[in-house]
Formats: sequence, structure tokens, C-alpha cells
Amino acid sequence: MQSWLYILLFMIVAVFVPFAAILTARILGPRKPNPIKQSTYECGMETVGESWVQFKAQYYVFALIFLVFDVETVFLFPWAISLNALPLFAVVEGVIFILILVSGLVFTWRKGLLEWN
Amino acid sequence: MQDPVGFLYNWLIGILTRWGLAAAVAHVLITLLGILILVICAMVLDIFLVWIERKVVARFQDRLGPNRIGPWGIFQPFADIIKLLIKEDITPAGADVIVFNLAPILSLASVLLLWAVLPIAGVIYGVDLNVALLYIVAAGAIGTLSIIMAGWASNNKFALVGAYRMVANMISYEIPMVLILLIPAILTGSMSMLTISRAQSQYWFVLVVPLATLVFLISAIAELGRSPFDLNEGESEIVSGFHIEYSGMKFGLFYAGELLHAFTFGAFISIMFFGGYNGPGVTQMPILGIFYFVLKAMIGYWVIMWVKYTVPRIRIDHMLYFNWKFLVPFSLAILIMTALTHKLLSGYSTPVYILGMLCANLILGWITIEILRARARKQRQSVDPAAQVIAEQVHH
Repeated sequence: MQSWLYILLFMIVAVFVPFAAILTARILGPRKPNPIKQSTYECGMETVGESWVQFKAQYYVFALIFLVFDVETVFLFPWAISLNALPLFAVVEGVIFILILVSGLVFTWRKGLLEWN
Repeated sequence: MQDPVGFLYNWLIGILTRWGLAAAVAHVLITLLGILILVICAMVLDIFLVWIERKVVARFQDRLGPNRIGPWGIFQPFADIIKLLIKEDITPAGADVIVFNLAPILSLASVLLLWAVLPIAGVIYGVDLNVALLYIVAAGAIGTLSIIMAGWASNNKFALVGAYRMVANMISYEIPMVLILLIPAILTGSMSMLTISRAQSQYWFVLVVPLATLVFLISAIAELGRSPFDLNEGESEIVSGFHIEYSGMKFGLFYAGELLHAFTFGAFISIMFFGGYNGPGVTQMPILGIFYFVLKAMIGYWVIMWVKYTVPRIRIDHMLYFNWKFLVPFSLAILIMTALTHKLLSGYSTPVYILGMLCANLILGWITIEILRARARKQRQSVDPAAQVIAEQVHH
């Protein structure tokens, strides 16, 4: 419990320090807004069209594959820590778990889901 | 001087309780003081890193770098900070104000949070979390979140596209990074950074898992968003990416956060594979650990900078192919091999163990290179049928 209290205090300080920097900049800097200065940047031209461009579907596919593998690694953490105390059978079992997920990766590869176009 | 932090803590607790404060309140106050000292050290180091970065990039490009302000230009970052502080705080029209301001704060906060678990010496560390490796991944994810916040809140097409690509890059390379983070956990049986550092007092882990070190270096560079994986500083591509609309101190925070993140990853590489604070003479005088830690972290940071200023930028689709088609299967293979050989060899003496693991690494590396060469040969031969026809005619 002690260590997590430390982390909480650390989070407070870690958010406070850059906040203080931005506050200092806001106090010290001039404040002369005008519409041209505040207009959105598009290589010196007037902006064309909406700012929120269409979301490319391929990002979603990569995020999904990332999710599967991230959950896999989270499951592998307890296995990795307790390897020293477990017999060889447990290691082989973990390897089989990894191989099942590798077969998932091979499936997505062969299906062409990892292509970027 | 065996335990300076404990000594200071007991002394301060004595003083504060004699002044009448409750013990719990005194504990919180002293903890806050310690955290402030650590964070201020990290920020001062950050300033120093800006100077190192500019001098090193200059030397790589065969020029001098800043040398006017102070000896060897050492006060240049201070001049930069003053300039950034007095710049006007421009918020673009239509931007989401709260998220726009929160993004640089969270970006630097996520890097500072990593300093809570770094063992700077055997007795100097923030907190010895028993889940430090998971904590590192979680704190790093806040940085990824801040990028999407910056890109979305800027109300700018380039920022948004840049943020999407950057985040696709970062989450992709998080997988080999976390898989390789499992390797020291396997070798020591613990996720705590302090235990991993202590376990390397006899030999460094790089001797036992060199392939894992290499993969961690590559995925760490990608995770940092640095060259050759820096789609966002691609001035010719998308004009500075997600921090287009940021000016003044907010941009300064992004930039400083990136440099500190690079140094922190250099520190991680040194802790996990190169022994951390271990070195000759550390058991007698634990303070010496600081020197070794900073030296190794600087060398790690140097390697990261070296790669950045040598190699050209990689295209986004090549980057994603490289990750999902090479690094992820490769790191899974490394994980399987390390788990099996560690289990099989852990009963034997240390030299046999090191040699065995090293041989297994070399065999896996050789197999991988052979597979890659076979694929490259097949790709070369199948690329141009016209060239093949000409080659056949020449052979006749």
C-alpha cells in the first residue's frame, strides 16, 4: 500500500510540474489574439474541407490485432514470473499457448489483413 | 554512507515529529520532498540532454552546434527555455481547449512517472514496485494517449493524420517491446526493476539474451517515435504532424518529453540487459551506483541518437510490415526459446548456462537470417520477369 501511495503522490507532482510550466508561459507571454494568427495551419493556404478527415479502416484492424496480442502478453506475465518454480511441463504449456496465438497471426497474415493500402 | 536515503528520512522524521506533526503527515511530507527532488533532477537532466542532442546532431552532420552561449554552448538550453516561456500562447480557432492544453501535460507526465521505478543506485530509487514492468507499459500508454489528444484537439487535418499514423506505429511496436520485457521477468522470476538489477551482479543479461536486447532496442526506438520511425517530424510529409498547432512552452514540453523519454529508455535498456547500477566497487560503496547508472544510460541514449542521425526515415507501410511480419514472430520465437532453454539449463553451473543460452541465441539468429535471405532471394527472382528472360538469353 505504501508504494502505491508514493505513486499517487508522484502522479500529482508529475502533472503539476508541466502544468506550472504552461502557467508560467501563459503569465509571461504576450496576449494579442487576432483571427489570422489563430487560423488553422494548412501550408499557408485557406483550409479546404472539414478538419476531421475520414478514418482509414486499416487503423482499426491494426488496433484489433494489437489488442489480441496485448491481452496475450498480459496473460503471459504470471507465467513468466513463476517459470523458475514450475516443472518443464508448465513451460511447454505456455509455449503451446503462444503457438495458438501465433497461428492467429499466421491466419491474419494469409488473409491479407496486414496489408496497408 | 551505506544508506543515504534511509538516513535522511529518519533524520527528517525525527525533526518533524519533534515539532509536533503526526507521523503519517510527516511521512507524506517527506515523501513529497523526495519526489520533488527526483522530478527536479529529471528536469535538470532534461535540460542537459537538449544540449547533448544539439551538439551530437551537429557533429554527426559535420558542423559545430551551439557554441556561443557559455563554454561549448552549455547555456543554450536555458536561452531556449527563456525564449519558449515568453512566446505567445496561441490556441487555434476551433480547437478543443481543455484537451489541447492537457495533451502536452500528459505527455511529459507519462515520462516523469517512469522515473518512480528506476533504481538509480542500490539504495536510491523511488519505490520498489513489485509490478514495475507492467507499470512501465501502463505509464507509457498515457504518452500514446496524449498524442491522439494532441492530434484531435488541434482542429487540423495534418495533425490528425499525423497522430493516427504515430499511434498506429506506437501501438504496433508495443507488442515486441512487452514481449521482450517478459525475458528479464523469466530470467529473474520477478517484475521489479530492483530485483532485475540485483540479479545482474554476476553477469549481465546481454550475455545471455543478446537477440532480445537487439529487438528491445529496435522496438524502443519505434515506441519513442524517434527516427527512423518518426513519421511526425516528417517535415516533408505531413508538416510536423500532431504538434503543428503547438507553439511556445507547450511545444517545449513535447520536445523535452521526447528527449527525456529517450534517455529513460536508454536507462531501461541498461537496467534490464546491461546491469543497471552494477559495476566494480558497488557492494562496498553503493553511492557509486549512480555513476554507473548514468554512464550506462548515457551510452544507451547515445546509441539511440546514433541510429536517429544515421538512418533515413521508414515509410509507414514498411514500418508496419516490419513489425507485424518480422518483429512480432521473431520476438515470440525468442520468448519461446528463452523460456525453454532457461528451464532446461537452469540447473547447471553459471558458465555452462551462459554458453548454452548464447548458443541457443546464435542458432535462432542464424535460422532467422537464413529465412530472411531465402525470402529476399525469392522476392528478387519473382520481381521482374522481363529481367529473367534477358538473364536466360545471356546465359545461352
